[in-house]
Amino acid sequence: MVGNISILIVDDEESVRDSLYNWFIEDGYDVARAENAKEALSVLESRNFDIVLADIKMPGMDGLEMHRRIKSLNKDTIVIIMTAFASVTTAVQALKDGAYDYITKPFDPDDLSHLIRNAAGQISLKTENEALRNKVVSLENVEDIIGNSEAMIKVLKEVGRVAQSSSPVIITGESGTGKELIAKAIHSNSQRKFFPLVSVHCGALTESLLESELFGHEKGAFTGAMFNRKGRFEMADGGTIFLDEIATISPKMQIELLRVLETKTFVRVGGNKEITSDFRVICATNKDLNAMVKNGTFREDLFYRLNVVNIKIPPLRERIEDIPMLVDHFIRIYCTSMSRNFMHVDPAVLKRLERHDFPGNIRELENMIERAIVVGNEKEIRLKDLPFEKDLTSNSIESLDDLEKKHILRILNKYDWNISRSSKALKVDRVTLYNKIKKYDLKPEK
Amino acid sequence: MAELSILLISHGPFEKVLLEKIAREVVREYQFPVYIEDSHLDLSEFYDPMRRQYDGNGILKEIDAISSENTIKKVGLFRVDLFIPILTYIFGQAILNGGTGIASLYRLRNEQYGMKKDDDLLFDRFKKVVIHELGHTFGLIHCHIPTCVMRSSTYVEDIDQKSHKLCIRCKGTIGT
Repeated sequence: MVGNISILIVDDEESVRDSLYNWFIEDGYDVARAENAKEALSVLESRNFDIVLADIKMPGMDGLEMHRRIKSLNKDTIVIIMTAFASVTTAVQALKDGAYDYITKPFDPDDLSHLIRNAAGQISLKTENEALRNKVVSLENVEDIIGNSEAMIKVLKEVGRVAQSSSPVIITGESGTGKELIAKAIHSNSQRKFFPLVSVHCGALTESLLESELFGHEKGAFTGAMFNRKGRFEMADGGTIFLDEIATISPKMQIELLRVLETKTFVRVGGNKEITSDFRVICATNKDLNAMVKNGTFREDLFYRLNVVNIKIPPLRERIEDIPMLVDHFIRIYCTSMSRNFMHVDPAVLKRLERHDFPGNIRELENMIERAIVVGNEKEIRLKDLPFEKDLTSNSIESLDDLEKKHILRILNKYDWNISRSSKALKVDRVTLYNKIKKYDLKPEK
Repeated sequence: MAELSILLISHGPFEKVLLEKIAREVVREYQFPVYIEDSHLDLSEFYDPMRRQYDGNGILKEIDAISSENTIKKVGLFRVDLFIPILTYIFGQAILNGGTGIASLYRLRNEQYGMKKDDDLLFDRFKKVVIHELGHTFGLIHCHIPTCVMRSSTYVEDIDQKSHKLCIRCKGTIGT
């Protein structure tokens, strides 16, 4: 994206030239420096620069005059004027003369980055972008969604289809079905994958916290707010915002959300400057939004704004043919994280799982497999390792402490009670491990 | 031949546990042993009373001038508010493909933004800044992968979005 963008910095202060040079070099721009307008124009006569960042007050020719001369050399060069003083008159003049923008020192790092990025975005990089896209490894893609059932193949086809557009999407499904994973898959297969996917769990936040989270706040907006804070809409600029549990937002937030979706502008809490953000919205819910609209708890206009595309994820009980693949997937994850050999699965276990209702869906299955690996015999997952084989009132139910004690003892025995290696495997520090050994009165086996 | 290592120079006070945790993460990411030393730098020389901040360029030069045997890279760790002339603040900075970086947790604290104190989040952010600045010393420029630790971050929320790890491409670039 930035590979071929060239920037010429023109400022009579060496510290400014050097600081900007280092800043832009780290971003991968091709950067040069000039200490005055005459030197800059001499450089520009021998080569083109995409962007010229010029101080307005320099000895000899000032930035405004230099800007006019630059435009006469190459009208496509983007010129950004810098100044240490906010001067409305000069700003207006610079912009009238065709300067791209005007920025006041010292710059907010985010403002500077945005400004240059937007300027760079104007410059055609078609070939560079194609090359970069081919090289980028996608970290969140549809291969992370496990399932070969007809129902899941249908979901994946929809993901592939909706990823190509920027239309809003509502993902519906029971709790634990992987709605966030689908949102990630949509984002990572879209044109927006080079920009952030920002998630907001609306159900976890009060109305005021959600407002601050979504819109950000200005310095001084409330006690303790010493600096500006970016909101999630701003962070999602160019990318995607994922609003989980959308059905939980208050009526007031629904109105505010609708306004933002319609105008793509908003104001930070405590601020008055309108901010524009180009984001795609994906929502998720386990509720029936249609019913909520009918009973008046969810705004109809917001629903229709969001529900351009609806992807329904089936519950696990409706795709039991995926259970063996999912079990295998979780065995690999947890055995790897616990540094164990992969375990086999008793066929009776799979049959039993396929009869289970899974109100918690994939999350519940994952928990079951993780637990079975911790408590099991390290070779095979057996029926007795599954939680629903036990009587819940039985004394044989193991507490979390029991499970922890067993796991620690197993690791200590595995590493011959080498504290250093054991603490590394358990991902705790040595002091913690010593405390646990003392707590559970663990001793080496004779 | 003595093993080359990375040196974390603490201009604290920092909890020993915090420094050790950061050191462990740096080892994991760059696969060099990491040592921790306390700094004896007098920061008052770098204080700008007009800005009420500390000159990041000056501090970086000073840390760079510290010689340390078998040290391949140095990172100064600070708690003060850093700036460079053209920017209102920095989280850290480094000499690209050089030997030195600096990182401060001053602007990483939730309390600065009117949010509830969160030590775990602070540690998470600080470790990412340290690993990011070290990445620059190994020659890495900013990365466009959203989750890569080398992605440019101008707000703390940007730091929270990325992981503390180098992406596959950045790892390949520096050969880890």
